[in-house]
Amino acid sequence: MEKIVRQIIEKYGSDPNRLMDILIDIQEQYGYISRDAVALMAQHLNMSQVDVEQTITFYHFLSTRHRGKYAIYLNNSAVAYMFGRQAIKDAFEKELGIKFGQVTEDGAIGLFDTACIGMNDQEPAAIINNKVFTKLTPYRVREIIRHMREGKSLDELMNESYGDGKNQHPYLQTMVSSNIRRKGMILSDDYVMGKVLKTILPNISPEAVIAEIKHSHIRGRGGAGFPTGFKWEFCRKAKGPKHYVVCNADEGEPGTFKDRVILTEKPELVFEGMALAGYAIGGDEGILYLRYEYRYMKDYLESVLKTMKEQNLLGDNIGGIDGFNFDIRIQFGAGAYVCGEESALLESLEGKRGEPRDKPPFPVEKGYLNQPTIINNVETFATAVRIIENGGEWFTQFGTEDSTGTKILSISGDCMFPGVYEVNWGFNVSDMLDMVGAYDVQAVQVGGPSGTLIGPDEFHRTLGYSDLSTGGSMIIFGTQRNLLKDVVLNFMEFFIDESCGSCSTCRNMPQVMRNKLIKILNGNGVKKDLSDLKEWSKVLLASRCGLGQTAGNPIVSSLKNFRPLYEELLQKEVEFDEGFDLVASVQGSCKYVGRVPKFHHHN
Amino acid sequence: MSSLIKFKIDGKECMAEAGTFIVEAARQNSIYIPTLCNMPGLKPKGSCRICTVRINGRLMTSCTTPVADGMEIESGSLDIIELRKSIVELLFVSGNHFCPACEKSGNCELQALGYLYQMMVPRYPYDFPLRAVDASSPKIIKDQNRCILCKRCIKSIKDEDGKSFFAFRSRGNHLEVVLDQELAATMTDEQAELAMQNCPVGSILVKEKGFATPIGKRKFDKQPIGSDIHV
Repeated sequence: MEKIVRQIIEKYGSDPNRLMDILIDIQEQYGYISRDAVALMAQHLNMSQVDVEQTITFYHFLSTRHRGKYAIYLNNSAVAYMFGRQAIKDAFEKELGIKFGQVTEDGAIGLFDTACIGMNDQEPAAIINNKVFTKLTPYRVREIIRHMREGKSLDELMNESYGDGKNQHPYLQTMVSSNIRRKGMILSDDYVMGKVLKTILPNISPEAVIAEIKHSHIRGRGGAGFPTGFKWEFCRKAKGPKHYVVCNADEGEPGTFKDRVILTEKPELVFEGMALAGYAIGGDEGILYLRYEYRYMKDYLESVLKTMKEQNLLGDNIGGIDGFNFDIRIQFGAGAYVCGEESALLESLEGKRGEPRDKPPFPVEKGYLNQPTIINNVETFATAVRIIENGGEWFTQFGTEDSTGTKILSISGDCMFPGVYEVNWGFNVSDMLDMVGAYDVQAVQVGGPSGTLIGPDEFHRTLGYSDLSTGGSMIIFGTQRNLLKDVVLNFMEFFIDESCGSCSTCRNMPQVMRNKLIKILNGNGVKKDLSDLKEWSKVLLASRCGLGQTAGNPIVSSLKNFRPLYEELLQKEVEFDEGFDLVASVQGSCKYVGRVPKFHHHN
Repeated sequence: MSSLIKFKIDGKECMAEAGTFIVEAARQNSIYIPTLCNMPGLKPKGSCRICTVRINGRLMTSCTTPVADGMEIESGSLDIIELRKSIVELLFVSGNHFCPACEKSGNCELQALGYLYQMMVPRYPYDFPLRAVDASSPKIIKDQNRCILCKRCIKSIKDEDGKSFFAFRSRGNHLEVVLDQELAATMTDEQAELAMQNCPVGSILVKEKGFATPIGKRKFDKQPIGSDIHV
């Protein structure tokens, strides 16, 4: 063991900044990270053991306990449940005789819950040893377990056909489908790899690239909507020996999966966009931060990088431009939603816990390894290429005045045709529902759990930065759904699980709010609970990052737009209660000491 | 190199050197902004959020934000005070803080803030979490019931190679601060004493020592927290 762990550490230059890679390799090699491995890392990286462990214990897919020869991670998103997740869970547990969170006694198979794995358009889905199994049914569960017991390889277990499009590529060969339902400039087939880098960049300066991006008025596609041109300009002007380009492919917002599709179908476009950004800001190193859930794309994406390098679209003097050097490496996360927050992502890139940084300073000044860094979404880089190819002015004809261009939506839930749809900004919700074949709609979750839950009276609203802003996650709930129990509670649990825990507010308040929601769902709610929820949630606004600030949104937004659903669960005409049942609370101790207390006011 | 700049806190004209963090700049101008996770000499992290102020309509932590020329800072408004009180209450209900039985009572910054904000009964339900007390190391006791996860021990107690004795474990509401067993065996009396001193609450206690200063004669028994700053 010692020899292999040592080799892994040396493979990454014994660099503590590469701790994530080291940990992932060890986890994959042994199925867990042993105490001995921790001690070796501590020794070779000159850290204390608890320091190594604090990174391990932060990430969902890293473990100090054995996760089984086959580790089965079953998605627990709200949409997974809508499509039969409970039956799948029961089937796994029945077949294996263990509960989720456990490993079979022989160490062969482990069952684990995991947050949205970016497959909402083909749920229920699970990740088994980095391979994705979609559209699971109880029959398939029994079959998979039987085959595992028979010692078949994972590739043999995927006895269904591969997904559509590039999912059949020899380096991908996955069951996942891209489900592209509508194409625009990003997903279109007219993209020619290298055209921008080889024929346009030789004729324009980095400053001109930035000017064109600014002219297009494109704003960040991850959800926050910061103007991309300004970000690149700030970074170019910031002083530092190195400038970095980071692509945020952590898409962890439940219900979003469009980056999965872009990276599957158009990875060259994304990588070309990163190189273009490198040219613009004066950086020669790019990092794709890819969520571990998409580990199955590793070989494929690396083969694309290799091809692009062979064609001089990456590497040295790209496109014949003297001194335009740019390379890209892939850095995997290990299961942490908060790492989609750009400064948490940087911490993770440096091998640490993904705790967001305080701002200022912003990453454009002090980012990766304290050097000026731009962090953009997968879709933003892809779009930038089309802007430089066709001009900023051309781009502004799509979308609306304040939201130019197209947006790729990940649409899932109760509709006929879940998948990705590239639409012009300014599309309204009503048209969107008609486009995807959604009938009897009760609500739409716009922008994922951290966004807004809207009802039919708001379906006239449009998608755009000034109205309904979204990173692309759209989840549709039909009238048959119990919004509070099946959706809001699920989303609150998600935020509780995914908080980094650093801020006192986000570490504690979502749990306080969730408990109150459960109280209401159990029929014990009183009127004051509703005003409390609204008031108490404000504390979250004092959190450091967007996760914390929006962690109460599932309740805040449903309370605002679906208040009657809460009200009908409350005890009738009870304004206020003590918050706990005194008689029940002291029952245990009364029984023990043989006393019978008198509660006069409870008579 | 001194370059004094002007700014305002709650309308009061203040001056400080450019780049000073607001909490320190306020102190220099005799204005107390409460802190828990912040400690002079350590890189601020802004994790307890108790020092939150409002600048240009945005909530910012004053321990991590430097003052800028002409900045207008809101620290004493009713809603900011209410926010701070909420955070104190949240910290109380999320742990198990039984002041009368705690060695740190009277020296505890969380307790002192509870008094300062006149917390009677927290508005939030008590969580009563099950937490461990780790007494396995030779010098100190780490009581997880009282830990408020401020990170002060993590950042300040290191061995001669710069390795941390303490670190976080897990995340979210499972987060805890744990002690490195290997390093704990090498901990000196001075390091143990410093760890206890730097802990704002009673989560780190030096073994075989207690109540050296009697209750009633402790730091915050006579004067509320912050009264050394506020005039």
